[in-house]
Amino acid sequence: MTPDRLRAALDGVPDQEWLDTALRRVAADPGEIPRFFAAAGRRCGRGPLPDPPGWTADEAARVLLLTALRAEHAATVTALYSAGDAAEKRAVLRALPLLPVGPAGVPLLLDALRTNDTRLVAAALGPYAQHLDQAAWRQGVLKCVFMGVPLAAVADLDERADGELAVMLAGLAAERAAAGRAMPADATALLDRLGVPAAPTGRATAPDQLSPREA
Amino acid sequence: MRIFDPHIHMTSRTTDDYQRMAAAGVRAVVEPAFWLGQPRTSPASFTDYFDSLIGWEPFRAGQFDVRHHATIALNPKEANDPRCRPVLDLLPRYLDKDGVVAVGEIGYDSMTPEEDEAFAAQLALAVAHDLPALVHSPHRDKARGVERSLAVVAESGIEPGRVVLDHLNEVTVKLVRDTGCWLGFSIYPETKMSPPRMVELLKTYGTERMLVNSAADWGHSDPLLTRATGEAMLLAGFTDDDVDRVLWRNPVEFYGQSGRLDLTGVDHPATFAGNSILRGGE
Repeated sequence: MTPDRLRAALDGVPDQEWLDTALRRVAADPGEIPRFFAAAGRRCGRGPLPDPPGWTADEAARVLLLTALRAEHAATVTALYSAGDAAEKRAVLRALPLLPVGPAGVPLLLDALRTNDTRLVAAALGPYAQHLDQAAWRQGVLKCVFMGVPLAAVADLDERADGELAVMLAGLAAERAAAGRAMPADATALLDRLGVPAAPTGRATAPDQLSPREA
Repeated sequence: MRIFDPHIHMTSRTTDDYQRMAAAGVRAVVEPAFWLGQPRTSPASFTDYFDSLIGWEPFRAGQFDVRHHATIALNPKEANDPRCRPVLDLLPRYLDKDGVVAVGEIGYDSMTPEEDEAFAAQLALAVAHDLPALVHSPHRDKARGVERSLAVVAESGIEPGRVVLDHLNEVTVKLVRDTGCWLGFSIYPETKMSPPRMVELLKTYGTERMLVNSAADWGHSDPLLTRATGEAMLLAGFTDDDVDRVLWRNPVEFYGQSGRLDLTGVDHPATFAGNSILRGGE
């Protein structure tokens, strides 16, 4: 994703002048961003954009505002995330890979992965998740499966999925099977691609050894 | 029957309530910031609470196709605690948020000078942020509390049509009816207001500027009493359109003044998409 593509996608927003002004003023003074950031949904709309797929107008506008900053990116994203509503938090997460913040946004991803909001969990596993360590990343992927977030949200899934993730997925699959509940199809497909681990340790107990409550 | 509950504290309710509310026709709610039973001792507690009202709670509601908005304020009771006063300084950033459709609940609890000050300051914030205001009326010394609230509202310069006086009853309704302010009624299992009494008030005063809510919270309350009131209206001879006005169009009109109400996908007429089937099937 590039700022130019997002800008082009927003050509049809209801309040074009507002967006232009906001981008100009944020570039001139980063201190102005919070109010523009908060208002982006009601000024630019919240509906899905025809292109790029998977983006809403408010999200694209907020990400653009962040890319308009000239400096203090790390401090600004941290402040906006912590003061943001769910939509603002999600926009910050999606902006991270486009901003010169290095690994400074990792605590935001970890915060998002602790929530029970599927929109935030999904946004935390985009391209910026390359900065997450492998243990946190695996837990994030497993959480997606657990919460029913489509694995299409996870960037670099096949490149990064490893044997330990296969063990964890197989454990969840065994629990679900014991409970008579289905695994999401995309998780089963991933497990097939990874190969079911030969001797899962501890986690994937045989169904008859699980107590009903755990199952 | 499509229902917009303009005052309900979902934070204190279970997810099962959302399920039952959705099945009863509740499609939208406004959750005013208020006290939580246990007094708070620092602004940080409010930050987490407000964040929940614009973060987790709308998400939880959305899982049942219920649209959730909030009103934000320092409530009158905790305005008396000097440790909580700095909350007033936190409010502007919340009043900019998309999901925040009014300043509230503000008003009086014990009618102290501290409450006077917080009330006036927050009415000024409503004007500055171009938002309506939700005014709680006190449970003790209510009639005088309502009179005093109306005086503060008048003095603030906020347009009366952008203010609702809530938790009214047979005595206090008369004080508010001719001021141009909106009238809120909280239908409770035993106290504040009941469905049959509400129907009588609607017969006497009409449906204009009347808002019916459950004000359900951590006390003895019931989030389905909005629906029960709609049914009592129909039994008393009010039309479907009257019920729709009171339980949907009125709250939409009041909070719509914020310019932030987002009812995309939930504001279709009540007879559409199986809602009448739902009603018949219960």
